[in-house]
Amino acid sequence: MSEPEPKWTVAVPAVSARDVSVRRGEIQALRHVSFEVPPGRLTGLLGPSGSGKSTLIRAIAGVQAAVEGRLTVLGFEPGRAGLRRWLGYMAQSSSVYEDLTVLENLRYFAEIRGAQLGGLLERVGLREQTHQLVRRLSGGQRARVSLAIALLGSPRLLLLDEPTVGLDPLLRRELWRLFGELAGEGATLLISSHVMEEARHCEDLLLLRDGRLLAQLTPDELVAQTSTTDMDEAFVRLIERA
Amino acid sequence: MKGSVTRSFATARRVLRQLRHDPRTVGLMIIVPCVLETLLRLIYTHRRQAFDQAGAPLLAIFPLMSVFLVTSIALLRERISGTLERLLTTPLGRHELLAGYAIAFGLLATAQAVIVSALTLGPLGLRVRGPSELVVVLAIAVALLGMGLGLLASAFARSEFQVVQFLPATVLPQLLLCGLLVARQRMPAALYGISDALPMSYAVDGMHHLTSKVSADGAILGDIAIVLAFAVGSLVLGAATVKRRTS
Ligand SMILES: Nc1ncnc2c1ncn2[C@@H]1O[C@H](COP(=O)(O)OP(=O)(O)O)[C@@H](O)[C@H]1O
Ligand SMILES: [Mg+2]
Repeated sequence: MSEPEPKWTVAVPAVSARDVSVRRGEIQALRHVSFEVPPGRLTGLLGPSGSGKSTLIRAIAGVQAAVEGRLTVLGFEPGRAGLRRWLGYMAQSSSVYEDLTVLENLRYFAEIRGAQLGGLLERVGLREQTHQLVRRLSGGQRARVSLAIALLGSPRLLLLDEPTVGLDPLLRRELWRLFGELAGEGATLLISSHVMEEARHCEDLLLLRDGRLLAQLTPDELVAQTSTTDMDEAFVRLIERA
Repeated sequence: MKGSVTRSFATARRVLRQLRHDPRTVGLMIIVPCVLETLLRLIYTHRRQAFDQAGAPLLAIFPLMSVFLVTSIALLRERISGTLERLLTTPLGRHELLAGYAIAFGLLATAQAVIVSALTLGPLGLRVRGPSELVVVLAIAVALLGMGLGLLASAFARSEFQVVQFLPATVLPQLLLCGLLVARQRMPAALYGISDALPMSYAVDGMHHLTSKVSADGAILGDIAIVLAFAVGSLVLGAATVKRRTS
């Protein structure tokens, strides 16, 4: 074990992708994608369904097979043991134990991460469901259990795959506020969504389509370049120009 | 090291909690073997010798079936629901995850073996000559084997329907060949050779050694060691199917 341990520092990009491609079965899910995710910021990964958002997040989390090109997290290969304690990953499917209660799920993941629960259940609005079996929760509530698990132990890098899908607008707004707070506290967040409107809540944007990176820019730059404040329309204009 | 132990025991507690929310499964795992041993005793009301011959091997077969089923379904669910993938992005190592499962299912198998053998050796009057604790030790070894085989089955199944079909596919041939129906020495040479390569043959041999008239503690320990070796082998193979990166 003489290899250097990953260190969290603002001097290195949190994620760096150079010419990254991923093939999933017959499908080329990502095609020669290159970008850097700056540390300590809230980056939105936006694109329509099937554009490769989940594949990219899985690759960064270190669970996607057949990743070509050079993809690093803090300069290290994704999935390394030393990196995993920094990482909070929320997959698109809930990935929680249905036959345990909300609290039992959180306790288990807290134990294996060596983390405290703190006020996490309040933060994701699940206080009243604490002792309910996950099986009996609605889809949106399950997603929040999954989110709470990803937030355990204040990870430095949060990879959240469509965390706000199917939630009521009020709660969605509160979660985006929470994500902003976490970035303010120094965490790096990469959050995917197929709802273009959510671009407004992000500091940086990665726009994906058909496995290709259309653009990396800020929401203001997107508005300026496309001369529209309608995010859906802005995306369309970007595609037409490309 | 300390973290590793903590994470393994946390996993064992989580698996046991899942079982606690499913008392019917746990109840069936204990009641069904008790009913079957009782039935066997009634079938052989006038043939005590035959009950000793058939009742003892069954004590080694129950943990194999029970633990195979709970392991294969539990791990299949972990694979399908995405919890396995999530666990592999945390500091929990694969070997810690499997150690946690082994602790939980080992305890479950111990509870089953203690209760079922207490009934079978007590009220039902199965006669064992060897130390009766070895019945429990052998049952735990068989349970770990069941876990390894269940882990393997979970990797080759896409649904719970498929995974339960692996039970007859992997366990029934072993039951036919292990000496339960026909003594292994009296089988055709080729089949005898095959049965020598199957772990259940040693589990059943061990139980036969326990009930045989001559005391044969050494032989029993040898059988237990062989079953454990198979269990470790199947667990190592099974662990290789738990992959961090999937397509
Ligand atoms: N397990 C899989 N096997 C094969 N192809 C897949 C698999 N998962 C997704 N894909 C394909 O990969 C492409 C990208 O999918 P994904 O990354 O899930 O997109 P998004 O998250 O943006 O909806 C899609 O064409 C999808 O059909
Ligand atoms: Mg997706």
